[in-house]
Amino acid sequence: MRKNLNVIAAYSVMMVLILMVGIFQSWNIALSIFNLCLISAVMTMGANIQWGYAGLINFGIMGYTALGGLAAVLISVDPVQEAWRAGGFDIIMSLWLIVVMVLVIRFVLKRFEKSNIRTYSIAAIIISGILLIRFSAEPGIEAIEAVDPAKTGFLGGFGLPIIFSWIVGALFAGGLAFIVGKVALGLRADYLAIATLLISEIVIAIIKHEDWLTRGVKNVIGLKRPAPYEVDLQTTDWFIKLVEKFNSGKLSVIENLADRQAALNQLVIEGSSVFVKLCYSGLFLVVVIILLILTQKALYSPWGRMMRAIRDNEEAANAMGKNVVKQHLLIFILGSAIVGIAGAMLVTQDGLFTPGSYRPMRYTFLIWVMVIVGGSGNNFGAILGGFVVWFLWIEAAPISLFLINFFTAGIPETNALKAHLIESVPYFRFLLMGLGLLFIMRYRPKGILPEKIEIK
Amino acid sequence: MDFVNAIILLLNYIFIPALTYGSQLALGAIFVTLIYGILRFANFATGDMMSFGTMMTILFTWYFQSLGVSLGVLPTALLAIPFGIIFMIFYMLLIDKFVFKYYRNQKSPPVQFAMVSIGVMFVTQAVVRIIIGPGDRRFFDGEKFIIKAREFKEMTGLNEGLALKSTQVITIFVTIVLVSLLFWFLNRTKTGKSMKAYSDNEDLALLSGIDPKKIVLVTWVIAGILATIGGALYGLDKSFKPFTYFNNMLPIFAAAIVGGIGNPFGAFLGGYVIAFSEILLTYAYKKFFMYILPESMEPSSLVQLLSTDYKFAVSFSILVIVLIYRPSGIFKGKVL
Repeated sequence: MRKNLNVIAAYSVMMVLILMVGIFQSWNIALSIFNLCLISAVMTMGANIQWGYAGLINFGIMGYTALGGLAAVLISVDPVQEAWRAGGFDIIMSLWLIVVMVLVIRFVLKRFEKSNIRTYSIAAIIISGILLIRFSAEPGIEAIEAVDPAKTGFLGGFGLPIIFSWIVGALFAGGLAFIVGKVALGLRADYLAIATLLISEIVIAIIKHEDWLTRGVKNVIGLKRPAPYEVDLQTTDWFIKLVEKFNSGKLSVIENLADRQAALNQLVIEGSSVFVKLCYSGLFLVVVIILLILTQKALYSPWGRMMRAIRDNEEAANAMGKNVVKQHLLIFILGSAIVGIAGAMLVTQDGLFTPGSYRPMRYTFLIWVMVIVGGSGNNFGAILGGFVVWFLWIEAAPISLFLINFFTAGIPETNALKAHLIESVPYFRFLLMGLGLLFIMRYRPKGILPEKIEIK
Repeated sequence: MDFVNAIILLLNYIFIPALTYGSQLALGAIFVTLIYGILRFANFATGDMMSFGTMMTILFTWYFQSLGVSLGVLPTALLAIPFGIIFMIFYMLLIDKFVFKYYRNQKSPPVQFAMVSIGVMFVTQAVVRIIIGPGDRRFFDGEKFIIKAREFKEMTGLNEGLALKSTQVITIFVTIVLVSLLFWFLNRTKTGKSMKAYSDNEDLALLSGIDPKKIVLVTWVIAGILATIGGALYGLDKSFKPFTYFNNMLPIFAAAIVGGIGNPFGAFLGGYVIAFSEILLTYAYKKFFMYILPESMEPSSLVQLLSTDYKFAVSFSILVIVLIYRPSGIFKGKVL
């Protein structure tokens, strides 16, 4: 108990902060912050597995998040029959071509000795393959995108419950991580960072512009939900009774029956959106807890010890007969898969998929700030980092607005400088994040909750 | 005649724009490579530092415009760039003193430097957005074209016009002058040579009496000049928007690594490699083939290898290929 005191204290402070938002701003805001904190926590757990356990730097978090989101779309949206009829055959043929291309390359790699000629012929196969696929898929893609472009214009998905996409998102992200890991894991740390960052940009470019698959920047809206809809709740009897019971004290004060009914209606509307958010919170909490248990188990298992050995001294671990390359690849896939789950969760919560919104600031660098601030190598630290940083990211604008007003209280409203500062309040969050990161790196380089390895 | 038309077409749509864009990338890439070679870290704040320098240039441009000072046909910004450079260098030295110096003394690993530079990136982004806002700004004034497409057509009687923007000529000219000066400095002066020595082998350089403080100072000064001029030229040619500058960091990194990180000449050429491949691979060659092929063989499609949406992806793919097959870059830099 005593040795976990700092963990308990840090989490209690965080919970009190969120409760305060609930009391002073609104429960809706508090819950949406809480939900996104949970999603961020999943992302930071993924990044923490890679960075904290194995010392692998992955700046491609944005790409895996987006792939998770794509999984949510592909799983939950109903298939667009007309689009399949229009261009499905061409697309499937192109997929076959890709498979054939990969097989041919594998054959060449296996069959021939390493030489310049082999390298060039593989390059030639890839280039001609891409050209061939491009020309063969073109009519199909055009036909698909022409199917009712305002509403669909893409192939759609499988029409399954969106919850499944959390697993599929993990598979997608893990698959991408396998390819990236094969290509880039041999690089030195800072180059791995740049390479993964650029690869994630390529992934985003593809998701943004392959409209036949993702609808691109036209966005996919109105995804299915695992939680009830507010509108349905507002007309459900048991829910209205529940709200009435919760607010009986408040309602009984109102004498007039019509007024009481109006007040109840208002409460039901507010309550319904709080209830939906609570449903999401429950689902996300389950995911976070399962992942936490698994990652903690892994951390203290022989496997976790091996990972730390590899992280701290790669050569020694290699000399002890551990397959460093294989373990790096494995952990890269595992971490990315967790990020993929978070990506699918995010799209599930929003109910929409907007490829244009995936930007490295929000989905890569912010997550890294969370990992560093929270404490790399410590799962509780990583989750806390997700909570603290996301909370500050959202509340930075109100806090800085308050501070500006406080410090410029003597200056009249019309002052140009004051007006300019108030206008640029949204950008103070970047300042806060940057300063926070710099201070933590300088004065507490292991994060708020540092890594603590107990030998059991 | 058709052949001349085809050549002019390529000049107008590929060669000149790529040369301009490449010059802008090259300046940024030399900045990245210098910081990497001498201070030994990948600077993730590159794009935002460039946008800081450009912002200062814009502020001075506005100030000069309000005073009524101008350079006539040339953009006023050229007059403002030296002042922008001074502020940029001042800002960089300030950051170095309060942030990077500590880690340099600690001899931290490059990864930690890279993380710290992300903190600097956030702060710089905030500073730029708070001072000038996130919007799109154009600060170009003076004569826009040196040759207009229509005038060119009338002059030569060709079907294709060749438009030459003054910003393009300024960019290429300034880049050539600046890069020649820089290479002269690095290869011929004592300070430049000691910088190279420091980059090659720090311990040996220190033993032979090279002052590390001076090297760091000179590096930041050169970096400030490159960042401000590179950023301002990009802003003059296109427009200034903090988010675009942040994004430009990626092709700049690609250029620096493709050219061989730590090797300034490689970075310079890397900029052009990235720019030309981006534009060559995403240009629709239909019209070009219409000029050079006989009518019966005219292509029906656009003859575009990749759609323009993948412009950025092209440079990143080149980088990935280079990283796999020649990790030291095309022009041999440090082995990564």
